[in-house]
Amino acid sequence: MKNGARPYISARGLYKSFGGRPVLQGVDFDVYEGETLVILGGSGQGKSVILRHLNGLVAPDRGEVLIDGRSLSGLGENQLYDVRRKVAMVFQLGALFDSETVYGNISYPLREHAGLGEAAVAARVAELLAMVDLEGIERLYPAELSGGMKKRVALARAIALEPRAVLYDEPTTGLDPIVTMHINELIRSLQRRLGFTSVVVTHDLRSAFAVGDRFALLDQGRIRFSGTAEQVRTTDDRLMREFLRAAF
Amino acid sequence: MAQAFRRFLEQLGEVGLLTRECARQAARRPFEGALLVEQLDSVGVRSLNVVNLTAIFTGMVLALQMGQFLSRFGAKIYISRVMGLSLFREMGPVLTALMIGARVGAGITAEIGSMKVTEQIDAMRALATSPVKKLVVPRVLATVLMMPVLTVISDAIGLVGGVIIAVTQLGLGAGYFFTSMVQNTRLGDLTSGLGKSLFFGYLIAIIACSKGLNASGGADGVGRATTSAVVAAAIGVLVSDFFLTKLFLAVG
Repeated sequence: MKNGARPYISARGLYKSFGGRPVLQGVDFDVYEGETLVILGGSGQGKSVILRHLNGLVAPDRGEVLIDGRSLSGLGENQLYDVRRKVAMVFQLGALFDSETVYGNISYPLREHAGLGEAAVAARVAELLAMVDLEGIERLYPAELSGGMKKRVALARAIALEPRAVLYDEPTTGLDPIVTMHINELIRSLQRRLGFTSVVVTHDLRSAFAVGDRFALLDQGRIRFSGTAEQVRTTDDRLMREFLRAAF
Repeated sequence: MAQAFRRFLEQLGEVGLLTRECARQAARRPFEGALLVEQLDSVGVRSLNVVNLTAIFTGMVLALQMGQFLSRFGAKIYISRVMGLSLFREMGPVLTALMIGARVGAGITAEIGSMKVTEQIDAMRALATSPVKKLVVPRVLATVLMMPVLTVISDAIGLVGGVIIAVTQLGLGAGYFFTSMVQNTRLGDLTSGLGKSLFFGYLIAIIACSKGLNASGGADGVGRATTSAVVAAAIGVLVSDFFLTKLFLAVG
């Protein structure tokens, strides 16, 4: 926990099953304002499911999510729009609209919510592309972009409305080591520059250390361990140590 | 069997809920005019060739069969009346719906389904917008609006096919064909067909959108959803046609 900071995102006793198969079995954590929490865990443990609870894409069977102290329980899809403008999400493969150009993708939230004229939208898109080091690619379609470029464009689209928090679903999966390093640096630098709260889910501990302030390990539907980088390195927790050994 | 029935009821429920959400989002401002125009073009204008081709051959086959049959009784002069009735009331709306169900329905499910499995639908929701408003409302509205238009065109082209056969094979005059048909066709024959086509348009689009939004499991899942949408739309059209026919006959 950061000194004096208060939780911006909280998960309280989240339970979720799909088709009778329990995925989350009482997940609790807090993410403090301005920090980056990394949720670690093996494939199929439900990391992405947790992330989807945090902006209301999925509702828990039991438990609740609080954003800035406000519970998402019982909110309808239309009421969740307010939350989603503040809590943006970067999807695993980018989830760019493939029928739209890069410009169309990044301008989408601006046209929908910002109430800007076309000139102001164009200027903001150019500014966002510069932030993710991709100037001048407005006219390209997602099919013409590399995996790393897609992630950058998705990031630019996610931060277009200046959210208070950003959720990242496996931001470096499927990228080569150099692109992975660049994406991690970008996530870190944007977070420092814009000061938003971040939650990153990944199974890649190297990337986790590159972007995270605190770390939580998900195992069998619960947070098994949480702590700082130092606590991760010195823990006796068997699974956490296995993760460390596999990564380094 | 029980499981299949349960699945059918579930799908009926999904379509019902989507219809409700679609109506709600359609009433919500702003109205997405540009998306509607895009879909009107995709559903209507780009379906003209397939609809016209189906209609002209249906008209010609109908005229050939009816001409042959009526000639046995020396009644081939009634061919235009029979054709008008069958085309306006049944063949026009049903065959157009089956073709649109295959062409447009499959397209809608494949497009929305692939957006679903690549998380683009979730991305729309995560960007605080409604996929129903952006994708479903324009497609349903466009299909409902274009179906009667395509049906009228199909009726007209079917009649052209019929008159070609009547003149070249049956030795009837084109003028007589049309005069006799107009004199013996009631407005109700045309409007009942158009009424059906409105419902068929809704059915095709809402089933296709629902199947797309519920697709899962990658390219394979999108393929299965698309096949299932086309089959469900075709069965829906044929089954509802029976009940709509009863309804329209009852109300005159």
